[in-house]
Amino acid sequence: MRDEDVLKEVREYVIENFLLGDEDEAFSDSESFLESGLIDSTGILEVISFLEETYRIEIADEEMIPDNLDSVERVARFVVSKKAL
Amino acid sequence: MSTDSKISFDLLKIDCEKVALDIEAKLRRIVFKRFRKKGVVVGISGGIDSSCVAALCARALGPERVQGLLMPEGDSTASEESTQLGKLLAERLGVAVITEDITAALEGAGCYRRRDEAVRAVIPEYGSGWKSKIVLPSVVDTDQYRIFSVVAVSPEGKEIKTRLSPAASLGIVAATNFKQRVRKMMEYYHADRLNYVVAGTPNRLEYDQGFFVKGGDGLADLKPIAHLYKSQVYALAEHLGVPQEICCRPPTTDTYSLPQTQEEFYFSLPYDKMDLCLWAKNHDVPAGDVGEALGLTEEQTERVYRDIEGKRRVASYLHAGPVLIEPIEGLG
Repeated sequence: MRDEDVLKEVREYVIENFLLGDEDEAFSDSESFLESGLIDSTGILEVISFLEETYRIEIADEEMIPDNLDSVERVARFVVSKKAL
Repeated sequence: MSTDSKISFDLLKIDCEKVALDIEAKLRRIVFKRFRKKGVVVGISGGIDSSCVAALCARALGPERVQGLLMPEGDSTASEESTQLGKLLAERLGVAVITEDITAALEGAGCYRRRDEAVRAVIPEYGSGWKSKIVLPSVVDTDQYRIFSVVAVSPEGKEIKTRLSPAASLGIVAATNFKQRVRKMMEYYHADRLNYVVAGTPNRLEYDQGFFVKGGDGLADLKPIAHLYKSQVYALAEHLGVPQEICCRPPTTDTYSLPQTQEEFYFSLPYDKMDLCLWAKNHDVPAGDVGEALGLTEEQTERVYRDIEGKRRVASYLHAGPVLIEPIEGLG
């Protein structure tokens, strides 16, 4: 699994699910979901469910931290590292 | 703010009589002049905030112009105690009180059934005789997102704690929000009947951080203590003669069938520390300075600051009134 593939999929999911497909609303892959107001804590729960179902991984409570989940880049890096285990 | 100033709980001390007189004068003006109403309805929970509001209204308008409402429901873990304390308060203030049991209304709306169905989505064996609450992880001890887990206890005492799915999380909160909304509906029934206004009872922490249900306890014609930190509300309540039994009672949500503290459900620290953190954040005090007064590290205080910011973002929707597509001419 390549970083760039996951990054693309996660980005598409965020656009589809939180921007309702509006690709004109610009955000960078490194932008904080929470600080930009793009995704709140309820939204993070949706992201976690999406990742667990799509990539067949289990995310432990202690892994649900901004370092792993607070931007497209971080999510992609986290998923790739989980799949590599 | 200069970091030379010593950060301590003394910063939140108020001149209670002065504050009370100011609120009372404004209450009279709002109720009698602005709204041209004859009195105020206060939902009394047996907690400190509603007791303080009832006491202020009784002093401002006269106790005969205050209608207290006690609204117990089937789930309330402290229903009997809350009712007893509410009656004690009303007696102390000389305020009339009506008890409205809202259990049947909640059953009619499907509050309990919908809540239980949402819990069963993650705990299939959850059923009759089980009790539950939802809880959040600590802000202070971890960077973990504040995502709800449900804690359920079987009639035999077996406890299960599990993370909620997005649908279950939203479903449980949506169903339990019926409680605050049905209570508000009852408050407005009595306000309409008496030609009174409805008082809301949030303190500053709750108002700022969105600890209320939109269209439920967030709905009111006036909110007399929304500018006061919770520790100031305690001091004011004591000054106004609110019974000691209420002043000494720890804050609770009293919304779920298992006992639940406000820290488990919403706030990241006990109220007095939360007050000081909010005050410090409002006054641009660096996290390291306030942390010392609270016994927290700089990192822990930073987490609390971030949590405050996050809750403010969520609260902006809760505070927003209905948005019109175009302004309506002729309305102020």
